[in-house]
Amino acid sequence: MSKKQKKNLIRIIIAAILMIAMRFVPVSGIPRFLLYMVPYLVIGYDILIDAFKGIINRQPFDECLLMVIATLGAIALALYEDGDYTEAIAVMLFYQIGEWFQSYAVGKSRKNISDLMDICPEYANLLDDEGHVTKVDPDEVEVGSLIVVNAGEKIPLDGLVEEGDTMLDTAALTGESVPRHAKVGDEVISGCINQNGVIKIRTSKEYDESTVAKVLELIEDASSRKSKSEDFISKFARIYTPAVVLAAVALAVLPPLALLIFGHNPNFGTWLYRALTFLVISCPCALVVSIPLSFFAGIGSASKHGVLVKGSNYLEALADTKTIVFDKTGTLTEGVFKVTSVHPKDISEEELLHMAAHVERFSTHPIANSLRLAYPNEADDCEIKDVEEISGHGIKACVAGRIVAVGNSKLMDQIGASWEDCDRAGTIIHVAIDGVYAGHIVISDLLKEHSALAIERLKKSGVKKTVMLTGDRLAVAASVAGELKLDEFHAELLPQDKVAKVEELLENKKKNEILAFVGDGINDAPVLTRADVGIAMGALGSDAAVEAADVVLMDDDPLKITTAIRISRKCLKIVKENIYFALGVKFICLILGAIGVANMWVAVFADVGVMVIAVLNAMRCLIYKD
Amino acid sequence: MKKTYKIDVDCANCALKMEDAAKKTAGVKDASVNFMALKMKVEFEDGADEGAVMAEVLKNCKKVESDCEIML
Repeated sequence: MSKKQKKNLIRIIIAAILMIAMRFVPVSGIPRFLLYMVPYLVIGYDILIDAFKGIINRQPFDECLLMVIATLGAIALALYEDGDYTEAIAVMLFYQIGEWFQSYAVGKSRKNISDLMDICPEYANLLDDEGHVTKVDPDEVEVGSLIVVNAGEKIPLDGLVEEGDTMLDTAALTGESVPRHAKVGDEVISGCINQNGVIKIRTSKEYDESTVAKVLELIEDASSRKSKSEDFISKFARIYTPAVVLAAVALAVLPPLALLIFGHNPNFGTWLYRALTFLVISCPCALVVSIPLSFFAGIGSASKHGVLVKGSNYLEALADTKTIVFDKTGTLTEGVFKVTSVHPKDISEEELLHMAAHVERFSTHPIANSLRLAYPNEADDCEIKDVEEISGHGIKACVAGRIVAVGNSKLMDQIGASWEDCDRAGTIIHVAIDGVYAGHIVISDLLKEHSALAIERLKKSGVKKTVMLTGDRLAVAASVAGELKLDEFHAELLPQDKVAKVEELLENKKKNEILAFVGDGINDAPVLTRADVGIAMGALGSDAAVEAADVVLMDDDPLKITTAIRISRKCLKIVKENIYFALGVKFICLILGAIGVANMWVAVFADVGVMVIAVLNAMRCLIYKD
Repeated sequence: MKKTYKIDVDCANCALKMEDAAKKTAGVKDASVNFMALKMKVEFEDGADEGAVMAEVLKNCKKVESDCEIML
């Protein structure tokens, strides 16, 4: 509890005791009125001052003024009839209880959410040239400094591991519970917790530019992008409050006048009371408080699961996602090429890989890399000489006295070897030894472990259309799309073609449906920006993607897309519940108040009770389980 | 030029009012208040004197919501 909350709680208790005590004081008339003014002023003095200031500053139509008019009116009625002052005091009292509760709940959820994002490093252990370690603010560490991270500490800045070997807990950033291995030469990001070994890191970024600072900034900025629901409520409140005040005035004046004209008793007192009840009910706080709170809690909960949502508006949009467009490489597939099949002719598989790997020994081409990985004993004592790279075709070399050619079909044609085609999707590497065809090796990108499951879940959760766009060859794309059961795919696209395709899809969808694009952020930036919601995946460390995307998946698991959509739906559902519930109760109470069924106690419930329930409901946005 | 300030305010509606007031202050190009993080982000117009503008922003915010504070 903050100081102010404590003070207000004490005020509430004192006023409540005084109010009850007054019932037993045997006075009447003016002395009674003066006595009752004590608890009223104890509980309401700040509201009176605020309302007064509001009028001076021409900002009159706020809830303080509503409360003041209602309670002063009730007091005036009580004074006139020498009746019950308790009602006026109770209204003020409950209003304050509601305010207190709201401030307590908001403070609590603020704390929950910031605990959730407890990734901010407090210090860095800076190592100087003489080997001394000093604890400094991460802000003060320059790029290229050497820092030590002990077991149990947070990595304060992004950098490269120079010494040591350890497991990193990335859960706070990615929501992923399996620790990640880090060894010499690995890039590590700030915000991870070093679990066991001591590591030395050469920093590569300043604190402000490091992952942890970017993530925190992103989350804090997120709720300043208002959702449509929030916009609706703030516009609504702007019209609604003055409208209710006018309605209350009309209720106080018109019916008694009409009664008077038709010769009945005007009952001014009754109609004034009803008008005052109206004012108490009218306060829109339940909505104004609970809706931003829901979105904030939803964004907090998403970030706990490794999904950064850059604004309430995007959290809202995700719920209506009907079309999802995927990039292939790095998004649905690992983006790492591996040997997936070996088809030798007249020699063993082992021998074919052996020869191919040797030829590629000195090449830096990605394909060479995967061939070498497939044959781990590549660095044996076979002699390799006369390596000749034939651009666009492949490589020839002399391996242990035999001429080995490794490359595409054009290379085979060139040396006159009769090659065979392969029906496997992927890049096909032909091998010829001494001019005779020896078989081929297929290299392809592997699907991510969760891709198929992710697509299935997306479809189950109401996504109508899944599309894949890729720059890769048609055969490869068709095989991936088939395996994942995608609805549509387009292959052999240049980056600008991807933008055009997304625009085409945007035009063909219904107006209130949302199109999301998921990419790994490498040369996807234009498409990420163009889609309704751009989702960048595994984007930790890729600044361009984080910049361009609206939603950032911290790790590269496609299942997180469903997590994001589900959190968004839950949050939206709660927001809608609150809107319907709050407005529903208020309108019913307004009608009951106007016809005189609801008294001020009901009105207080309609105001404070509804708000408390709406805030509690909003807090449910914090909870999400897979 | 953008700067972030810590603020103190009680209710979401009051935060909205502060945002409006800050936006209307001369020298402020755009402002947004994040009620949950209790932060105000102000984008100044070119050549504006931050100190003076923020003093004015605080004054205007106090007008619409007496119970608020900006840590300058």
